Amino acid sequence: MSLQRKTRILVAKPGLDGHDRGARVIARAYRDAGFEVIYTGLHQTPEQIVAAALQEDVDLIGLSCLSGAHIYLFGQVIELLKENKADDVMVIGGGIIPEEDIPKLKELGIKEIFLPGTSLEAIVGWVRANMSPRS
Amino acid sequence: MFTEETFKDVHQGKKKWDKEVEKAKSQKAERKERFSTVSDLEIKGIYTPEDIKDLDFATDIGYPGIFPFTRGCQPTMYRGREWTFRMFSGMGSAEDTNKRWHHLLKEGETGLSTAFDFPTLMGYDTDSPRARGECGKCGVAIDTLRDFEILTHGIPLDSVTTSMTINPPASILWAMYLVVAEKSGISWDKIGGTTQNDMLKEFIAQKTLMLPPEPSIRLISDTIEFGAEHVPMWNTVSISGYHIREAGSTAIQELAFTLADGIAYVQDVIERKKLDVDSFAPRLSFFFNSHLDFFEEIAKFRAARRIWAKIMRYRFKAKNPRSWWMRFHTQTAGCSLTAQQPYNNIIRTTTEALAAVLGGTQSLHTNALDETLALPSEFAATVALRTQQILADEIGVTNTIDPLAGSYFVESLTSEIEEKAWEYIDKIDNMGGMLTAIDKGFPQMEIADAAYHYQQQIDSGEKVMVGVNKNVIEEEATPDILKIDEKVEEGQIARLKEIKAARDNRRVTQILNDLRAASKTDKNLMPYVVEAVREYATEQEICDVWRDVFGEYRDPGFY
Repeated sequence: MSLQRKTRILVAKPGLDGHDRGARVIARAYRDAGFEVIYTGLHQTPEQIVAAALQEDVDLIGLSCLSGAHIYLFGQVIELLKENKADDVMVIGGGIIPEEDIPKLKELGIKEIFLPGTSLEAIVGWVRANMSPRS
Repeated sequence: MFTEETFKDVHQGKKKWDKEVEKAKSQKAERKERFSTVSDLEIKGIYTPEDIKDLDFATDIGYPGIFPFTRGCQPTMYRGREWTFRMFSGMGSAEDTNKRWHHLLKEGETGLSTAFDFPTLMGYDTDSPRARGECGKCGVAIDTLRDFEILTHGIPLDSVTTSMTINPPASILWAMYLVVAEKSGISWDKIGGTTQNDMLKEFIAQKTLMLPPEPSIRLISDTIEFGAEHVPMWNTVSISGYHIREAGSTAIQELAFTLADGIAYVQDVIERKKLDVDSFAPRLSFFFNSHLDFFEEIAKFRAARRIWAKIMRYRFKAKNPRSWWMRFHTQTAGCSLTAQQPYNNIIRTTTEALAAVLGGTQSLHTNALDETLALPSEFAATVALRTQQILADEIGVTNTIDPLAGSYFVESLTSEIEEKAWEYIDKIDNMGGMLTAIDKGFPQMEIADAAYHYQQQIDSGEKVMVGVNKNVIEEEATPDILKIDEKVEEGQIARLKEIKAARDNRRVTQILNDLRAASKTDKNLMPYVVEAVREYATEQEICDVWRDVFGEYRDPGFY
């Protein structure tokens, strides 16, 4: 019997953005793919997201932002993970993010950004390819 | 509508056609096993009088301007007056937005429509820590009356109507509009416009959330009552399906949940305010999505009018025919647009706009081609406006009213959508109404299921998105997109500081205390909001009073 636990993913909506269709569909897709999913719901501050990530002991945080505030908010999450010595937690993001902002976000520490039109297969596939379940 | 003789011909003809179809299929199978709308409603190969045999011309189709209004609210529709070209817009500071508004008016839009930024939508001032990074990014930043004065500078409020997409703080933004008009010497009975002010669909779909449901509805009924008495040309609510659809619902869910929301509002005003239905119902308005499936949308609009007319006349016993009208604004579907090959979006917006026109909309916003990437550039917004103008003036669809009436397909689809919408409305009634349904998570989960189903259909290729899962171009150039300057936030915070220093702070404290006291009673709060706004109380200061009195609502996070 495998002692490996399922990959735990926190799907989070930082800031005031209320567009949650994508985040909810992805949360479901992750769940159907066999990962453990926690969805934060809307209007989370970066502090609340990191607190939830730590409490739930997640492996990955997926941030969704369609309001244009992604550079500030995603940056804050990375900062707070560092402060809490939890920068082994990977962070990915998606939403309405201009391609030209992607290098900046990756520089901040975001591992991957998923843009509109990405299939669920690709999104789930990324987790399978990049995250090994912890024992 | 048809004779026995006709049906004989229909049946005989069908037998012949079925044989021909079998022959054709034996040579080559049809392209798909199942043909369906974007909402996954199955569509047949052919429609005949058989499909509408139970329809009665007078009671089901009839004439525009006459119950049940299937063919349109007004008797002359676009021959009398074109739909309003009302482009949703807002970005950055009030100055930036005022500039775009003047541009759009100059290019021929005939109504204004305001997009606010997230802090404004959510009842936060720009200097709130919750607002960091968000100022001006999704729409215009409005913190006080000062911003609103700048926003409307040079706009003749007595000759152009303005819509405002604002929900929890709707009463506050409306109060700003009223005060600006008053200061310009325009009396409130001369101004017209719309406040979206529809919290039920926020809980269901758009999710700009602040207060719990009960006080949210109370505020809405306050505005409806105030409008009925003081601002007779204002549509105090825009009961919306647009966002429900954007969240992933089907066309039928969009229609049914919107109508069920409408029922809840009418019921609340009657019960809470003891108003006669005819005293406020004529100023209820609606807002629908116009999505990709051309005929499904047209049928949806026609069914919408027919259902609402029946609800108002038979359920609420409204006597004034104006109370039976369903007047609506439409926006082409944002969620149908693609980030890939964005110029294709012009075509999508065009057909969606045409469906809205053939569906009899009173007012229309057409999306810009670049809206999956950013707020619309001036160029893209102008193309979107031109789309409406070409449809209105060049292609002949406004020559006659409801041209698709009598089509076997369109009438059959209209009836089918109506029937299925009624099923949902009955279901929600049996749950105890929309507030209970929302509490149970019913509409939210229906939407989540529909959204997931659709995404799976896209991923499998069953539903096509040109440029995304078909006809893909690997390397492509993106158009220049609009960027909001980070300095807007700085400027806004500085302005806020100035206002707070310059205003009569004792007066502001006084009026906020009065508002707090009144909020704990069942007094109409609009007069207090108007007073507060006049004294340059900030949006958040007013909202914080309500947060304190009524509590805050937290998204339950259904998925």
